Amino acid sequence: MAQSAAPASGSVAIPELTPISLKAIAPWAVFVGILMLTLLYFVGAEQGATALVSGEGVHEWVHDGRHLLGFPCH
Amino acid sequence: MHSVSVRALLVRGMLAGLATGVLALLTAYLLGESHVDAAIAFEEAHSHDHGDGVELVSRTMQATGGLATGVLVYGVALGGIAALAFCVALGRVGRFGPRATAALVSLGAFTAVFLVPFLKYPANPPAVGDPDTLDQRTALFFLMIALSVLLTVGAVVLGRRLAPRLGNWYATVAAGLALVVAVGLAFAFLPAVDNVPEGFPAGVLWQFRLAALAIQLVLWTGFGLLFGELAERLLGRRAVPA
Repeated sequence: MAQSAAPASGSVAIPELTPISLKAIAPWAVFVGILMLTLLYFVGAEQGATALVSGEGVHEWVHDGRHLLGFPCH
Repeated sequence: MHSVSVRALLVRGMLAGLATGVLALLTAYLLGESHVDAAIAFEEAHSHDHGDGVELVSRTMQATGGLATGVLVYGVALGGIAALAFCVALGRVGRFGPRATAALVSLGAFTAVFLVPFLKYPANPPAVGDPDTLDQRTALFFLMIALSVLLTVGAVVLGRRLAPRLGNWYATVAAGLALVVAVGLAFAFLPAVDNVPEGFPAGVLWQFRLAALAIQLVLWTGFGLLFGELAERLLGRRAVPA
């Protein structure tokens, strides 16, 4: 599937790696990218400036990691 | 075929992020925690009201389980994102094999996601940072990361555009220079934040920030080497030995 980026398959002497087509990457980038950014949000910012979950539990639990990873904590 | 390799690379990226997250966690625990404790001691001695009537999570849990959760999730998440960046970069940034591409992506991610934002809005220990300005500082910090990532990606694209005319070496130098100028402008125009309270020990602040830098260096160096190895083995069949 999605081999549009591949040059003529007959020429073997191409020293560069065939790039993975952006069409193949896009769905992964969207879904997994958003999932990963959500994880980062919970580690880095939840219950700080913004809160999806009420209380202080998430903030207090990841408190040290948040400071040491460079996020503004409080 | 290619779709499968995106998935396979993503899984390896997240596993590599988890594994090097363990090393980063050890670094954080061994180098960072004592400075967090020192900062909290300062905070309590100066009764900087933190709203801590009841201790929700004990210091011990914060320094172990809590720290582990934060650092490991951070490692997995950035490992996944870096793997996606690797998928795009592979074969597009020059004649680099999987290992060298992984090293370059790690270097770029370290610089764009951590180092550049850190130079403008460095990591702060507890007691440093006015809670009243948290909203503003959070917005500025994430804006800085977004800007830094965009400018870095822009510099890579610029470098590729210039390469046919200037050759790889000068195109890379020119793109790097453009990135430095753009980041410098961003630094100059974004507002400065200085919340260090009166009397806060400078040594603790310095050591804390060095520890934060060390954690990221361990994380990204480890990730670049480990993920590069895994990617090389996965793609080895199609890779041309460099």
